[in-house]
Parts: sequence; structure tokens; C-alpha cells
Amino acid sequence: MNTKQRQALLDPLFNDNPIGVQVLGICSALAVTTKLETAVVMSLAVIAVTTLSNVAISVIRDYIPPSIRIIVQLTIIASLVIVTDQILKAFVFEISKQLSVFVGLIITNCIVMGRAEGYAMQNPPGLSALDGLGNGFGYSIVLLFVGFFRELFGSGKLFGVEILKLTTEGGWYQANGLLVLAPGAFFLIAIFIWLLKVWRPQLVTAE
Amino acid sequence: MGYSTKYIIGFAGAVCLVCSVLVSGAAVALKDRQEANKVLDRQQKVLSVAGLLEGKSLSPEEIQGLFSKRIQARVVDLKTGEYADMDAASFDQRKATKEPSTSQAAPANLGGIARVPKHALIYQLVAEGDPKQVELLILPITGKGLWSTLYGFLALAPDTNTIKGITFYEHGETPGLGGEIENKQWTDKWVGRKAFTADWAPAIEVIKGAAGTPEATPHKIDGLSGATLTGRGVTYLVQFWLGEHGFGAYLTQLRAKGSKS
Repeated sequence: MNTKQRQALLDPLFNDNPIGVQVLGICSALAVTTKLETAVVMSLAVIAVTTLSNVAISVIRDYIPPSIRIIVQLTIIASLVIVTDQILKAFVFEISKQLSVFVGLIITNCIVMGRAEGYAMQNPPGLSALDGLGNGFGYSIVLLFVGFFRELFGSGKLFGVEILKLTTEGGWYQANGLLVLAPGAFFLIAIFIWLLKVWRPQLVTAE
Repeated sequence: MGYSTKYIIGFAGAVCLVCSVLVSGAAVALKDRQEANKVLDRQQKVLSVAGLLEGKSLSPEEIQGLFSKRIQARVVDLKTGEYADMDAASFDQRKATKEPSTSQAAPANLGGIARVPKHALIYQLVAEGDPKQVELLILPITGKGLWSTLYGFLALAPDTNTIKGITFYEHGETPGLGGEIENKQWTDKWVGRKAFTADWAPAIEVIKGAAGTPEATPHKIDGLSGATLTGRGVTYLVQFWLGEHGFGAYLTQLRAKGSKS
């Protein structure tokens, strides 16, 4: 693996994390992270869609007329998302019901289109695939981080298994209701970005 | 770079063609599986509103087994309240509601219900080994929430008054707000409350704020914060289906006969 490939795959994990640094895809990161289970499935769906759309668009990038490129990208992304949604409905029905509209909303997830327009249009399919995977994983890291804390402290569970016994069920832990609501995710994402910038000071935007 | 208009249109057409083949291929190939999932999901909801799934997770085969052993589906004539001589397995209430010959326009109501079928599919939880002994009535309920039509079940004890459970298995309400009607913590609040007043008028309602214990406020349910309109929809649709244009006649029949079916 040469430097360029490594960069394409690994940079989006932290150095150029789509949520942490580019601040894209916040909407779905709030919506599907009350439980780890949904966060994992959503992550897999986004990884699949970004990778496949990057490859598909990269393959035909030299043939796409510039005047209609955005529409072409959207058509491809939308088709991939619908197929993903159909597969989830067929194989993990319960989870797909919980994810409800948010799978469909991957279409509007800025990460997917951002990578298609910003990377896949200029780079060959192999690199684009790595870039799609990397960005999908970068998104997933944040989703799992947020989902972990929201489920653990919001409902005392991890993957639906009880970790902290809630007072409502005769235990000792008073669930933090804020974490179950959307603002809780905002705080967690902010903390993630903060930690990331303490760890990598070069990411701090110069004033 | 110069692309001719012909090329652009041709390219767009080709992309659309490939994408549509992909999408329709997936939809057709996966349809059977998705339909099976829907049927299973509904059976599971019926069992869970009947309280047979408390804390258990069953395999699809076990769900089907339990469903066929303990649940009896019957078609009810909503006007007379009698059981209709129809095959419950093939009766599709949603189709019947749309079809002009098997339904009628609903009288003006607040529940956003446009048409009422002439017949409805209900489920009964029967005692193990004795299909005559009905332990629970499970009635389908449907109506408008805030954005979408809600589909669910209401479980009543044989006295036709005490609520034993409620569940919504299909809706398009906002996840986290109106979508919380699916939340077990909220649906559990319905259990033990009374659907009717002493003179059998539907009285159960979702209020704003918190309600008391089932003994103190038997007709009131806690509202869901951020979902006032969804809660109002639930009130209207439950009251509609318990009323004279819904299952009123059927429930009256049952009360007259005693709880035996």
C-alpha cells in the first residue's frame, strides 16, 4: 500500500474525519445513536453506500458530462440507498423499522455526495473505494462513540444488554434523560471534536 | 470540454436505465422476504399485545407456533356485531377498507378515519387447549396521528372494559417524538385502565402531562412530551373504534352474552 492509498483510507478516520473535522452528516448522527445496535447498522449502510457510490462514480468519471454531473451522482447514490434499504427490510426488519426514514436520508447525507464530487470525480476507482471506506469508517467511529455513551448513560444498556441497573427497574442508576434526546448527541459530538482537536492541534482552525 | 446535447441526453438515459434496473431488481427479488417479515412482525405484535412475549425473544418458528396455538382470528360484522362466516386467514382488512363494496364512508370524526370496512378482523387469545375460553380480545385500530396513519392493536379483557395493552406496528410519526407511541414504557401505562365510563361511552384519553395511577385516573393516559398532536390522534382513533361506528355493536353483543364466545 503506497502513501496515497494509505492517506485515502486512514486520513478520514481522524485527521479529516467527516463529522469531527468537516462537520458533515450531523443529522443522522443525532437520530440513530440512541442505541448502539441502530448505530452499527446505520454505520454499515453508510460504509456500503459511500464505497459503492465512490467506485461507481469513479468508473464513469471521464464520461460524465460536467453540466449534469451532480444529477448523475445523485441518481447513483439514490439507487444505492434504495437497494440498501430494501436489503435491510428483507434481512433485519426490526432494526430497519427503528432506522425508519434515516436509511432513506443517507441520500442527503453530505458525506456521500461530498466524497463523490470531491474525490471520486478526480481519482481512479481503487483509490476512490479506499476513500469511501475510510470516510464510512470515520463516520462510524463518531456514531459508535456517541451511541456508546448515549445507550450506556441514557438507558443503562449496551447492545440492549443491561449494564447499569435503572432505578425504574429497582436498581441504583438514574438514567440521564438528556442523552436520549437529540441535544445529548450534540454535546457528545462537541466533546468528540474537542478531544480530537486537543489530540491533533494542527486541526484547530487558525483565527 | 464540449459534450453534445445528444450525448448528454443519451448519457442521462443510460444512467437512469441502469439504476432503475438495479432498484427494481432488488425490489422484486426481496419482496417475498419482506412480505414474510411483515406477516411475522404482525403476529409478533399480536402476541406481544396479548402479553405472551414478556421479556422473551422467540425464533420466527416459535412465534408462528405460539400464534397458531393461542390466537384465534375471527371476522366480525361491525354493524350487527356478530361473527361473520368468512375466512379469517384470507381476509384483508386494509383492502376491504378501500373497496367501495365492502366498506362505507365514515361519519364525521376527529380521528381522520375516512372509510370504515363492513367487516373487521379481530384476534382472540384463547386458553391453552380450550379454544372456547377467550382470555383477551385484540382489536385492530387505525387512524391519523400527526403525519401518518397509525396501525395498531388494542387488547381488552373479556369484560370489554379493562385495557390489557396497546401497540402500534406501523406508523410514520417523528422518531423520538410521536414515534414514542411504540415505546413499551408508554404503552405499559395503558394496562389496567378502563376504556369506557359506567354507561359504556368511550372515555379513555391521552392527556397533556402526567396522569395518576390506573385506580385514581382510570380514563387518562400520560401525554408524550413533544407529541401532543400524535397523542390527540391516538385518543380520537381509540375512541372511534370503541364507539358505535367501530366495535361498539360487537362489544355490546359480547357484554350481553357474557364473556363466552
